[in-house]
Amino acid sequence: MMMNNLIVFPIIIPAITAIILICIGKKPILKRIVAFCGTLITLFITLFQFIQVFNHGTMVLTLGNWKIPYSIVLVSDMLSALLVLTTTLITVIMIYYSYQSIGIERETYYYYTSVMFMLTGLNGAFTTGDIFNLFVFFEVFLISSYVMMIIGGTKIQLQESIKYILVNVTSSAFFVLAIGMLYSVIGSLNMADMSHKIHGIQHQSIIVICAILFIFVFATKAGMFPLYFWLPGAYYAPPIPVLALFGALLTKVGVYALYRTYSLFFSQTGVIVHNILLILALLTIIFGCIGALAYHDMKKIIIYNIMIAIGVIIVGLVLFTKDATIGGIYYLIHDMIIKASLFMLIGIIMKITHETDIRKLGGLIKDYPLLGVTYFIAALSLAGIPPLSGFYGKYFIVKAAMQEGYIISAIVILLSSLVVLYSVITIFLHVFFGTGQTYVKPAINKMMFAAVTMTVIAILFGVMSESLYPVIEKAALSIHSPETYVKALGVK
Amino acid sequence: MEILMIILSGILVTCGVYLILSKSLLRIIIGSSIISHAVNLLLLTSGGLKKGASPIYEKHQQVYADPIPQALILTAIVISFAVTAFFLVLAFRSYKELGTDNISDYKGVPDDE
Repeated sequence: MMMNNLIVFPIIIPAITAIILICIGKKPILKRIVAFCGTLITLFITLFQFIQVFNHGTMVLTLGNWKIPYSIVLVSDMLSALLVLTTTLITVIMIYYSYQSIGIERETYYYYTSVMFMLTGLNGAFTTGDIFNLFVFFEVFLISSYVMMIIGGTKIQLQESIKYILVNVTSSAFFVLAIGMLYSVIGSLNMADMSHKIHGIQHQSIIVICAILFIFVFATKAGMFPLYFWLPGAYYAPPIPVLALFGALLTKVGVYALYRTYSLFFSQTGVIVHNILLILALLTIIFGCIGALAYHDMKKIIIYNIMIAIGVIIVGLVLFTKDATIGGIYYLIHDMIIKASLFMLIGIIMKITHETDIRKLGGLIKDYPLLGVTYFIAALSLAGIPPLSGFYGKYFIVKAAMQEGYIISAIVILLSSLVVLYSVITIFLHVFFGTGQTYVKPAINKMMFAAVTMTVIAILFGVMSESLYPVIEKAALSIHSPETYVKALGVK
Repeated sequence: MEILMIILSGILVTCGVYLILSKSLLRIIIGSSIISHAVNLLLLTSGGLKKGASPIYEKHQQVYADPIPQALILTAIVISFAVTAFFLVLAFRSYKELGTDNISDYKGVPDDE
């Protein structure tokens, strides 16, 4: 166990930056600089923390120096460090992307402040080791996501954010309920301590009920099958940079929370929870595929692709072998990066053409060859063509599914890749080929730079997967054998 | 005592769900805050309702009530208060902008075709 104050900085630096941004007032240029510098500093610190965790193992910080089950602990194992690094990286690039795309009115009214508070909440949720603290950090980034969703106040945003807020308020209420139930059984709130005590209980039936309640809560946040109904509408409403942040980061926190709670608390509850999660994940993939095939709207196609990815990652969790969790984590990181990149590219197309219906578009390849090539590579990467980043995750998950005898799951995942490829290549063919129209050419150089950077990161993640394997393996270790996580905190 | 509290919060959740499923936006907001009341009561019950002094240290006091659920509820109350305030302002704003408080009149995202 290594004590280090370093863990706190990815959480408090965005918070301090957000407070500074509130004080600045209505100076958009200054706000841009402060927000960018704040996230850049956070990025360097998270990178340093990542290297530290890789070299020296899990970092633990007990806040206020109280002994472990009694205080809030921050735990940064490999998985947390990796996710915090990816989140901060995406936020840095997204802030640069926002300069040309979000619009000066929104920048004047606390847009960057909300982004920074969202980063605080996300980094906190990834590093906390306390279940109620996880709830609090969930609320931190949810409330800032409400603000980001509503900022600008157009009619569609008002209508959709009411539904979004209602769904999230209800599921947060049930989160508190689930914590209360678990507390009345276990009598502890520290996740490692709870894990230790849950595995000592003889009657697991009450734990099964808690598990189903937790699945209900996190499946709502992540947009899994019966509870995804809010996702397509709510993500359609806000402007593109906000949509990209939501699509890349918010649903993935639900997935991360499922990973943690399932591996720490519910891995021994047996066949019921396992089957429920597996069937829900497969149905999520299938319904995502139906949505991705049904629409001719670029935003909607990519939004339904989020659902497909969530299903695949959850299958990686449910199989719960070493290979499956490695695949799940590869795919989680890949999906965060590539979804951000795809939404950015779609945002550029929309900025040029002011249109989202692919049947009304065409011929962009003549004027924007770089955009076309980048989109093509991102699309192939999303589908998982071998040298690119989506391949390794799916490879490991399918391999694990075959080994464990889940043939139908493996087939569903493989077929879903075809649907993903078809849906994104349809966009490519319609938008970039065919008869051209004339467009007013707006300034897109900064947006383009951000999108290309993001895609290059995705390519590097694919090409360097071999050398990243030790990192992912370490990250998967604390999921598929939760004893290491418990042991790292020194709980007896 | 615990049984009574559990039944009470069950009734509150029922009322909250019924109100959330109605069409008027204000009823929905009242429903969501009733659900958060129910959840807070349940959280209080989860610590056990045995007899004891309020958790403030006194020398000759032997038994205290469980202080953790109280701290959790205090946090949950503040959060749900903030969200409700935001939600109410949003409802006011959308009534001014859209001219209706009937949820079924909201036609948000344009359909394909």
